[in-house]
Amino acid sequence: MVWLTGGALAICVLMIVGMLALIVAQGSGTFWPQHIVRWQTRAGATLMGEIADVERHRPEPEAFERLPEAARAAARAFVEREGGESERRLLRVENFELTGKHYTWVSDYEIASESEPEWALALERRAGGRFYGTPKAYVRDGERLTTEPAATWALVEQELPGVQDRIATADAIRRDDIGRVNHEIEDSRLAVRRAELADGVDAPSARVARELFAARESELSKEFARLRGEIDALERQNARYALIVETGDGVEQSIPLDQIVRAIPANRLGPLERLGVYGSRWAEFVSAEPRESSTEGGVLPAIFGTVAMTLVMSILVVPFGVLAALYLREYAKPGPLVSFVRIAVNNLAGVPSIVFGVFGLGFFCYLVGASIDQVFYAERLPSPTFGTGGVLWASLTLALLTLPVVIVPTEEALAAVPSSMREGSYACGATKWQTIRRIVLPRAMPGILTGMILAIARGAGEVAPLVLVGAAPLAPELPIDGEAPFVHPSRSFMHLGYQIYHLGFQSRNSEAAKPMVYTTTLLLIGLVVLLNVVAIAVRAKLRRRFQGAQV
Amino acid sequence: MIRAQREVTKKSVVKPMSPESGGPKSAVERPTRKVFDAVKEKRVFDAEIHPSLSTEEMVLEIDDFSLFYGASQALWEISMGIPKGKVTALIGPSGCGKSTLLRSVNRMNDLIDHVRIGGTMRLNGDSIYAPGVDVIELRKRIGMVFQKPNPFPMSIFENVIYSLRIDGERKKSVLEEVCEASLRGAGLWEEAKDRLHDSALRLSGGQQQRLCIARAIAAEPEVLLLDEPCSALDPIATGRIEDLIEELKGSYSILMVTHNMQQASRTSDYTAFMYLGRLVEYGPTEDVFVQPKLAETEDYVTGRFG
Repeated sequence: MVWLTGGALAICVLMIVGMLALIVAQGSGTFWPQHIVRWQTRAGATLMGEIADVERHRPEPEAFERLPEAARAAARAFVEREGGESERRLLRVENFELTGKHYTWVSDYEIASESEPEWALALERRAGGRFYGTPKAYVRDGERLTTEPAATWALVEQELPGVQDRIATADAIRRDDIGRVNHEIEDSRLAVRRAELADGVDAPSARVARELFAARESELSKEFARLRGEIDALERQNARYALIVETGDGVEQSIPLDQIVRAIPANRLGPLERLGVYGSRWAEFVSAEPRESSTEGGVLPAIFGTVAMTLVMSILVVPFGVLAALYLREYAKPGPLVSFVRIAVNNLAGVPSIVFGVFGLGFFCYLVGASIDQVFYAERLPSPTFGTGGVLWASLTLALLTLPVVIVPTEEALAAVPSSMREGSYACGATKWQTIRRIVLPRAMPGILTGMILAIARGAGEVAPLVLVGAAPLAPELPIDGEAPFVHPSRSFMHLGYQIYHLGFQSRNSEAAKPMVYTTTLLLIGLVVLLNVVAIAVRAKLRRRFQGAQV
Repeated sequence: MIRAQREVTKKSVVKPMSPESGGPKSAVERPTRKVFDAVKEKRVFDAEIHPSLSTEEMVLEIDDFSLFYGASQALWEISMGIPKGKVTALIGPSGCGKSTLLRSVNRMNDLIDHVRIGGTMRLNGDSIYAPGVDVIELRKRIGMVFQKPNPFPMSIFENVIYSLRIDGERKKSVLEEVCEASLRGAGLWEEAKDRLHDSALRLSGGQQQRLCIARAIAAEPEVLLLDEPCSALDPIATGRIEDLIEELKGSYSILMVTHNMQQASRTSDYTAFMYLGRLVEYGPTEDVFVQPKLAETEDYVTGRFG
């Protein structure tokens, strides 16, 4: 029996540890800068890139037929030596506009020679994926300034920061100033619509609003044009620089410098520099916006969305859950009805989460949200404000989902408060509410926090309902930002869990997204652990207050 | 009407336990077991109440008090007065209703479902069970200490001033004054004065019980109820609590339940012996222990049963 129970536990632990190890191993390696290899294949092609994966396989005899005749014997001999097997490696070749693929499998017997070119560069680009090549020339205003790799690289290192600063400035103008102009235009357009809805299209107030709108619009379009001009100037400045790189098979490609996010001379890096690149990629991942339909760049909006939604959910679910548990345990007279309610609450935890999603969509978005739109945001219709998924509805849906997770431990904690304490309080002349507030709740607080921890763990990782009630693969604006009124509960948001689903299973190129999926998973697990650790620390602090309790 | 009828039924019952109404006066030849027989046959009888009690001023008057848990009756028409400024002990075998009677005084039994009562109690003349009585206000006039120490999960200071806190007292000077006075009253000041803001749960069991006494006397109660206050304590802590009860005598009117005969005889001024929900004999402690009027009482206090 010991072996049976112990074995079962060991299997459980093994599975969990295995899963975590896989995620950590795969997720943490994504950003490590690999060496760039160049392979000369027996077929005569040259490939350059990073090795992403290795596996053994037994090549079929026909596979050799595809090789040129001269190479077949050597390849057969190679496989023969390996006992009929061969390793094959997944090479990240990228250069998508030339090769048409991101990854390719190459078996060892196909490779004639292998080298690591000293000056091989991995260029992370703003669009189009990575580019691998050796620097050929540095171009300024259409003139080739250098031909040597070392000199070219020196110029890149010198001028790339300036280019990136200008891009950051242009992005800031785009995001802040142009965003503000657009909002103002939208606001005055909505003012017109509001006036028309309130007083009719021909009413004087509507006419005034229309005139105001016309004036404002022409004023703002001038502003818009000016900002556009600023951005254009910055972009023209950046367009002067380009880097000419030569791919493995000798094709020259001009890469404008303003397309480069990060240029890494992968084979020249020392261990410390490698670590620096690794760190800077992680930093970008957690602090930047996504690029290239989320397969590159950062996940800051998703982190923000996950944390914001989880916090709003906790703020909603904990008070409601605690109040409900208080009623069930302290006020309700025990009887069949209370037992029935208790069973129903427990069973609520077993309802599939997608059902909550459907309910949230139908009730919160389409019923409550649409009514709110009718009353308060009529001028924006038919485009919905609250009538569609948003962070508030998502939080409410998840709050509903996690309600039993809070109620059950809270009730248990309330029941565990010794009756002698309640009696002591009553005997001092305390009312029921005073007793609950001053004695029962503080004493039950660790249990209540346990419920909250469970709710956070459940809520932060839940994805299925979010797909329906507000998570978006790409949300242009954060739900909380610097624009009044700062909190925008109706906005859709990005979520790490949804990001994983979307990247891994909905994107066009799931092979390219795979490392990102693992890394995002690692981040989500890390985030849930972090939220839990905070809650557990708070609980431990509270528990210390009750140490030595004898009753 | 009903009351008058009850008087009549009472008078119709024989009173074999009264020495005046028959039987020899010597203690040896007292008629025995008649009371227990009456109890077992569920006949009504009058308790033997020593006349010396009538000279006392009563803080609490219990009048024909009965209590039912659902269908079963736990207290049978108990009438007694609790003298002011004295310690009164309730003794009797387990299940005789001592604690039930004690908990009826501050209406703690209200917390239990299906409890019905008959008769009444008066605290300094104010009815405890009249309809419209504010139970919360009533409990503030009565202090209670329980079998097991039950300090609240908060600091020593907050524990002592709990009754003031729930009354909304915020003045720090008042709170500190009451805290010190109560802790001194409970003999805990010297041990606790340097750790007032530590958790009360870190105190030892005996200290916790003295803290509970401090908490009970902080509200200046008119009567202090002690429900076997030493049953969960070791002999040394018990001794300290008994000394404390001795010191509190005079300033407080104390009604205490105890299982311990020695404790009752050492600490109390008056002792009431209860049996199966009836008050059997009630008088000055010395008389009850040394020359009880009823043989049943003697049997119990000398340890022949119970």
